[in-house]
Amino acid sequence: MVDSLQRENTLTLPSDCEILMQRVFNAPARTLFEVWTKPEHVKKWYGVRSTTVTVCEIDLRVGGVWRWVVTRPDGMEIAFSGVFLEIDPPRRLQRTERFEAMPEAECVVTLTFDEKDGQTTLSTNMLFKSKADRDVCLKSGMELGVKECYRKIDELVATL
Amino acid sequence: MIRSAWLLPPCPTRRAIIEKLAKGEASVNTLAEPLKMSLPGVSKHLKVLQKAGLVIQGRDAQRRPCRLNPKRLRDVANWAERYRRNWEESFKRLDSYLSEITKKGETKW
Repeated sequence: MVDSLQRENTLTLPSDCEILMQRVFNAPARTLFEVWTKPEHVKKWYGVRSTTVTVCEIDLRVGGVWRWVVTRPDGMEIAFSGVFLEIDPPRRLQRTERFEAMPEAECVVTLTFDEKDGQTTLSTNMLFKSKADRDVCLKSGMELGVKECYRKIDELVATL
Repeated sequence: MIRSAWLLPPCPTRRAIIEKLAKGEASVNTLAEPLKMSLPGVSKHLKVLQKAGLVIQGRDAQRRPCRLNPKRLRDVANWAERYRRNWEESFKRLDSYLSEITKKGETKW
């Protein structure tokens, strides 16, 4: 078992138009590929704390559409969608992805599942059309995160 | 000053420029010398860094000193860290879910 420090998600910016995240999971590649490509699994793990996956559509074929929507406790929906470009289980999955609130910042996401000794490194490479688009994506995470913090504070205040 | 390696651009020349500027402001001449590059060559790289908002060039017509834009470096670092943490929340849930389904042996892989 890999210790938690080693396992934590790493993020690098390999070029002006890319985001690369890498994370080790204690599972074989085929299991990890399944939990990424079947809605009944995705619903169990996707989304920041306190959000619920309310829509999870995955038409797993080249050209097929996927759409994942998470709903915050205040009812606000956060939707991501795209089209599958390449499906090579259990090693590689490529799809377009756009945050529906900012559709112009679409990117191509390549997931690679690299298994070694029963553990799998998941690499998520996101390639944007421009640096500006990539930064919009990074910033959107910041905004969601900040809102999440505010919401937690509101909750806490309400219980006092 | 620059602790996060990933903030540095992948191009070795731009990386060298940022590292040099991290020690203090410098003129284009000073930057070009150790890089063994022509002034127009260095200027080209500087333009890319300026466009990205990472480097600011002074208006002094003679020297036009270059320096880093710390606010911009901090912004990108903050956005990236928050983005990383959001995903890490999902990934932690995925860890638990994986151990749950593996233990139960419910799913035939």
